[in-house]
Amino acid sequence: MENTSIIQTKELVKKFPIGKSFFTALNGINLSFDKGEFAGLIGPSGSGKTTLLNIIGSLDTPTSGDVTVLGHSVGKLSAKQAARLRKEQFGFIFQSYNLLAVHNVYENVEFPLLLLKYNANERKKMIMDALSWVGLTDKIKSKPPQLSGGECQRVAIARAMVKRPSLVLADEPTANLDAVNSHNILQTMLKLNEELKTTFLFATHDEKVINYLKRKIYLLDGKVDKDVIK
Amino acid sequence: MIRFLIKGLIRDKSRSRTPVIIVTLGVLLTVFLHAYITGFMGDTIELNARFTHGHLKVMTTSYAENMSQIPNDLALIEVGDLLDKLNEQYPDVKWVPRIQFGGLIDVPDENGETRSQGPAMGLAMDFLTGNSGETERLQIEKSIVRGQMIKKQGEALLSESFSQKLKVEPGDVITLISSTMNGSMSINNFTVAGTVLFGAEAIDRGALMIDIEDARTALDMYDAAGEVLGFMNSGFYNDEEALKMAKTFNKENNISEDEFAPLMMSLSQQGNMGQYVKLTEVWSIYISMVFIIAMAIVLWNAGLLGGLRRYGEFGIRLAMGEEKDHVYLSLIYEAVFIGTMGTIIGTAIGLLLAWLLQTYGLDISGMMEGAAMMFPSEIKARISPSDYYIGFFPGLFSTVLGAMLAGIGIYKRKTSQLFKELES
Ligand SMILES: Nc1ncnc2c1ncn2[C@@H]1O[C@H](COP(=O)(O)OP(=O)(O)OP(=O)(O)O)[C@@H](O)[C@H]1O
Ligand SMILES: [Mg+2]
Repeated sequence: MENTSIIQTKELVKKFPIGKSFFTALNGINLSFDKGEFAGLIGPSGSGKTTLLNIIGSLDTPTSGDVTVLGHSVGKLSAKQAARLRKEQFGFIFQSYNLLAVHNVYENVEFPLLLLKYNANERKKMIMDALSWVGLTDKIKSKPPQLSGGECQRVAIARAMVKRPSLVLADEPTANLDAVNSHNILQTMLKLNEELKTTFLFATHDEKVINYLKRKIYLLDGKVDKDVIK
Repeated sequence: MIRFLIKGLIRDKSRSRTPVIIVTLGVLLTVFLHAYITGFMGDTIELNARFTHGHLKVMTTSYAENMSQIPNDLALIEVGDLLDKLNEQYPDVKWVPRIQFGGLIDVPDENGETRSQGPAMGLAMDFLTGNSGETERLQIEKSIVRGQMIKKQGEALLSESFSQKLKVEPGDVITLISSTMNGSMSINNFTVAGTVLFGAEAIDRGALMIDIEDARTALDMYDAAGEVLGFMNSGFYNDEEALKMAKTFNKENNISEDEFAPLMMSLSQQGNMGQYVKLTEVWSIYISMVFIIAMAIVLWNAGLLGGLRRYGEFGIRLAMGEEKDHVYLSLIYEAVFIGTMGTIIGTAIGLLLAWLLQTYGLDISGMMEGAAMMFPSEIKARISPSDYYIGFFPGLFSTVLGAMLAGIGIYKRKTSQLFKELES
């Protein structure tokens, strides 16, 4: 168990300062994820899904408790170490796509590979692969403002998966996708999950996603309500 | 990676074009105004130097004491020898004799009766030997309104407004009534060669100019001159140099109690020119400083705003695993690039505008009417070496400082927080 678990949270608490008091967004989360899981955080708006993903992704730090990801304690990582972990191991899909507006589709997907210093040929192949997963090979020169919401979302997905990270953190990845596109992308994700043992952690309340999940964790008011493994 | 960042910089106009334009404008104004201030203040000094004070002036001790009365009875004598000596001792200065004198101009009609009359401020200088440089120094050719230059002895130039007051034309004969060095009355006729307009109120009111040899004859001043003026070959007054020269000269030549011993004074030691010279130095420093600081604040804020607007982008880059130091440095490099571009363009345009103002000038004579001191009635900029680099202070320095301060937000905020600012 210990050596296959890639994420572990122990009594994780996250409080946000609001004026003089605090708002408790996460209140004692104990979860463990194994390598290769295809799991999702499900819960109503404000239940703490994004907050938990951010902490696991080392974009935020816990107020108390401990989070270990790939053997690193997130709260204790230096900024440099955290950056390195994100660069090498994580792929992020954000609730609001967060694409670079002045760069075209190809360049947006290219960015993580530039950080990893792949050469131009390697990059090209990986980018075209990722864009074919999301069905956007015909739009490589378009810039985000020229794309529909769903297309932006697909670029964000390609960007997260292009480097084949060991962990993909996906926040509402299908919020703007129709049934066909959602289905295609989830199929691709499942394939990567099975072939490369990529771990997926979603935050969602979309039924289409929930049906694909192999493990469903229900959050309510910053606490784990139910943890259902298929 | 660098290519990627440069693409972003160039495509995002609000990141490249807008800041470059702001920096350009700021630098342009700084450079232009600095050249303008230097020009205006320097021109005022040079104008006064050329007409009355010289960069340096040699007189007898007692002439110097009563300078405002132009006491020609106390004039320098044996001026030929003195000039030889000065030219030898100070080869970097051009020395020329001058005689200032007061008098009355009388214009006779056909019958020899007075037609019109007026008091004149006379200025005699070396027009005819051809090596004094006085004609060029006072830009007389350019200032002629009617008629022509003095070409031979017995000719005179009148200021245009004075000639209109007297109703004389070039070719008319005028009579100068004055007093000789020894105090007796002198009456001499001159033919008006031409009229001049210098654009300096104080001298355009009632001036008469004649050749120095004519003045010597008229005023009984053989080999004498009221003053010997020195002009630095650089063309610009240098107070430090001038004071030093005056000091050494006086140490060697003004030793005796002799009231006729020669005394050298720098421009700043004459009348209230000293205050003006001081003012010029202080002002051009102050005004430039105020401007540089004001521009620095504007550009700094522009840099700050640019940085704030991009927190979302920084958040994405950080989330992808780019290091904070790297994001911060790229922001600084961008600022260096933008600051340099803006400074170069701004300096070029600023210098061009300053050059136009230096070459063509701007007429403001209307505003200077009745001024006692000679102010140039044309605004002219002067480009000095500092104008080539002064723009870098507001241009480069402030832009980079603005970016540095804006970039601190990258360190202060949690990465997740940078997104929140993007989303809202
Ligand atoms: N920076 C913050 N400061 C204060 N409160 C915050 C902050 N970030 C999140 N919260 C609060 O924490 C709670 C959980 O937020 P979170 O974004 O994790 O919800 P969520 O489950 O992702 O909701 P949604 O489905 O709407 O995305 C919310 O009530 C939110 O207001
Ligand atoms: Mg959320």
